[in-house]
Amino acid sequence: MNKPGTDQRPLKVAIVGSGPSGFYATEALFKSGLSVQVDMYERLPVPYGLVRSGVAPDHPKLKQAIQVYANIAENPAFRLFANVTVGKDIAVQQLQSLYHAIIFTCGAESDRRLGIPGEELPGSHTATEFVGWYNGHPDYRDKIFDLSHETAVIFGQGNVAADVSRILAKTCDELRATDIAEHALEVLATSRIRDIYVIGRRGPAQAKFTSKELKEFGELENCVATVNASELELNPSSVNELEEKTNVSNKKIYELFTEFSSHAQPSNNKRRVHFSFLKSPVALLGNQRVETVRLEQNQLEGAAFNQSAKGTGHIIELQAGIVFRSIGYKGKPVPGVPFDEKRGVIPNQEGRIINGITPVPRMYVAGWIKRGPSGIIGTNRADSVATVAALLTDLDNSVFADCTNVNTDALEVLTTNGVRVVNFDDWKRIDQLEIARGLATGKPREKYTRVQQILQLLE
Amino acid sequence: MTTVVTDNCQKCRFTDCVAVCPVECFHYDDDMLYIDPNVCIDCSACIPECPVQAIFEEDDLPEDKKHWIEINATRAPQLPGCSDPMEPLPGALERKAALGF
Repeated sequence: MNKPGTDQRPLKVAIVGSGPSGFYATEALFKSGLSVQVDMYERLPVPYGLVRSGVAPDHPKLKQAIQVYANIAENPAFRLFANVTVGKDIAVQQLQSLYHAIIFTCGAESDRRLGIPGEELPGSHTATEFVGWYNGHPDYRDKIFDLSHETAVIFGQGNVAADVSRILAKTCDELRATDIAEHALEVLATSRIRDIYVIGRRGPAQAKFTSKELKEFGELENCVATVNASELELNPSSVNELEEKTNVSNKKIYELFTEFSSHAQPSNNKRRVHFSFLKSPVALLGNQRVETVRLEQNQLEGAAFNQSAKGTGHIIELQAGIVFRSIGYKGKPVPGVPFDEKRGVIPNQEGRIINGITPVPRMYVAGWIKRGPSGIIGTNRADSVATVAALLTDLDNSVFADCTNVNTDALEVLTTNGVRVVNFDDWKRIDQLEIARGLATGKPREKYTRVQQILQLLE
Repeated sequence: MTTVVTDNCQKCRFTDCVAVCPVECFHYDDDMLYIDPNVCIDCSACIPECPVQAIFEEDDLPEDKKHWIEINATRAPQLPGCSDPMEPLPGALERKAALGF
């Protein structure tokens, strides 16, 4: 039998997830020179994954990546099947029969836990919840954040921790002209937060921020970034790390911390972001809700670039009313697909999904659900290209002949299953409505944040 | 703000940067790559990919490299786009070594 990819027998691929990885995989398939048909599945009724609901509202330029995805979506061989949950509205097994190949690009949707007592207390949140809430993600629309206490604590020193801290640090005037969700802006307007602690378990030479994100803390209207100078002392291995010529990023970050350490203490009405290092949370304490964060002082052990934080036994307590954890992300399992619980990814070899050591034919993975939550938007382009290259190499394999229902249209199956599929034209209507809604209040868009509301608009 | 390719790219053109560009803003001639500032979204994904540290955020450009802002802005729109990595230029590895990387 001929391998799929010809005009008579196009290669039919299902992509599960409509974020950057899904669109870059689609792009790579369309660039392959083969005849390809792509159906992209998305569980929300709106596309673009974390570019829509992760990238911070005050970073509008990064969201321009969406224009690239919209162009890819205009290819006549592309269909968006949004508002469809794979594993619920349609089984993976069913997809396996309808398509030659499936690529899972469904990201890392849940947070790693601190694993400490008190983590479940009211006032203890995941960064994902907060980010989803201020970005109008329907799953987090009704989360409640109590910003009435003067101190907030964020655990983690990556870019998500930076986003959460910066949104808490900014004034409403700084956020008003962004596409931040209206419900979030209303709550942030009442915030009484004055001190924001951003705490890392390792040192100032190991923080994971990009220098660009960190630099923004030096440019806020009503907030001063501070670092206690004594926290900038480095052990010999960290000095070696910063002296390494290729380690440009951490060197720049350390210079920014040094600059922040010389900032004068601000007047009382200003907010303060405190970057603090070498501390791990050991407990969250409080009667009805979080009142105190208990931390253990750490020290670094190990060779340069391989240092880990070890507790010293020295305990510090900090009064705080709200806590966010941003210490890593993991994927959620998809029914019918192997899953590595420990790493929170779909196990794979170069993008080919494996079960133990056995490859699962015609199933692939790309993006954060493949390699874990590292890198930024563009990192996923290279990653998706690599996965698609593996898929194209495999086409010679006879397993691609095993697609029993490949002549059946998946859309018919979904309609029979009673699913209201939101296609790309539907999305374009929602997109226009959101932009028009934003115009009224001087925002680039005002998102619709409830699934039912979006579906009603399309009736 | 934009992101700028500078002289270290000349005679190298490794194109590792191109693989991670989310918006295909790189262009090329026989000598090096250039970034179109009207397309670049300032994500900085390309910067750590460059094996010869040729790419800078505009704000981080050393004084003696600031003229590259104008060169990128002028050259990029005139040149073919580079959306997928290419082979480095002949002699790129020697040039990299000469640059101290």
